[in-house]
Amino acid sequence: MTPMHIVFLVVAVVTLFAAGMVVTTRRMMHSALWLILALMGVAVVFAMLDASFFAVVQVLVYIGAIAILIIFAIMLTRGVMEISGPQVNKGWWLPAVGVVVLFLGIVVGLSQWGGFDTLLPALPADANNIALFGQALTSPDSYVIPFEVASILLLAALMGAIYLGTEGRRGKK
Amino acid sequence: MSPTIPLSWYLVFAAALFCVGLFGMLARKNMVAILMGVELMLNAVNINLIAFWRYLYAPQMTGLAFVAIVFTAAAAETAVGLALIISVYRRRKTVIAEEVNTLKG
Repeated sequence: MTPMHIVFLVVAVVTLFAAGMVVTTRRMMHSALWLILALMGVAVVFAMLDASFFAVVQVLVYIGAIAILIIFAIMLTRGVMEISGPQVNKGWWLPAVGVVVLFLGIVVGLSQWGGFDTLLPALPADANNIALFGQALTSPDSYVIPFEVASILLLAALMGAIYLGTEGRRGKK
Repeated sequence: MSPTIPLSWYLVFAAALFCVGLFGMLARKNMVAILMGVELMLNAVNINLIAFWRYLYAPQMTGLAFVAIVFTAAAAETAVGLALIISVYRRRKTVIAEEVNTLKG
């Protein structure tokens, strides 16, 4: 047991517990706060996998933007679902059994695969992931087209969200 | 015990996170909670992508580019999804997915 193993186990347990609370807590606001803890745990996992850029992006985009958006949506729609009522559908046990079977299926299926126990290969000493990644995203030989398509997707989502958000206020002037 | 964490630990962790998110998406009534389940699933996918990149394809950038696209798609999905939920709330005063059933046959 090296310290990395212990850190990983602690992060994994905290993240899975937080994720479980996200899907089972009655109060939506608590659920959103647990979601932030789960996203933080995922950011730590990214950092452990030498993807420090994505750990930062996870905190900025997921926790800074998406979780805050979700909290705003919960506050704007509050008071509709009374806390006393059931928060899950009537047949909730069916997906519960289904996901347990799916989890066991994934684990058994993966354990048949030869690369399941691959150990961490060392990165080349001069590897600069962030610089390489930036070059890959802007070089015509690699991923500049997916990068631009992602920008257009974000622009379209922005326009769609503004259109839906200002609905009912249009045409009143 | 090996000195480094084997790939399997990350894969099992990501599978568990994905299954929790899938349960949340299938079982919760509130539409915002369904969206949170989707976020958990997307995070599990990202962990898998980065783990496979780090263990099997480390010097190449393919995996990281894919993760960047998943991040973008997740942000777009959340923005539009929440705008739709708020729009539905304005018109029908509900956030329960079952009650938005005008198109039900």
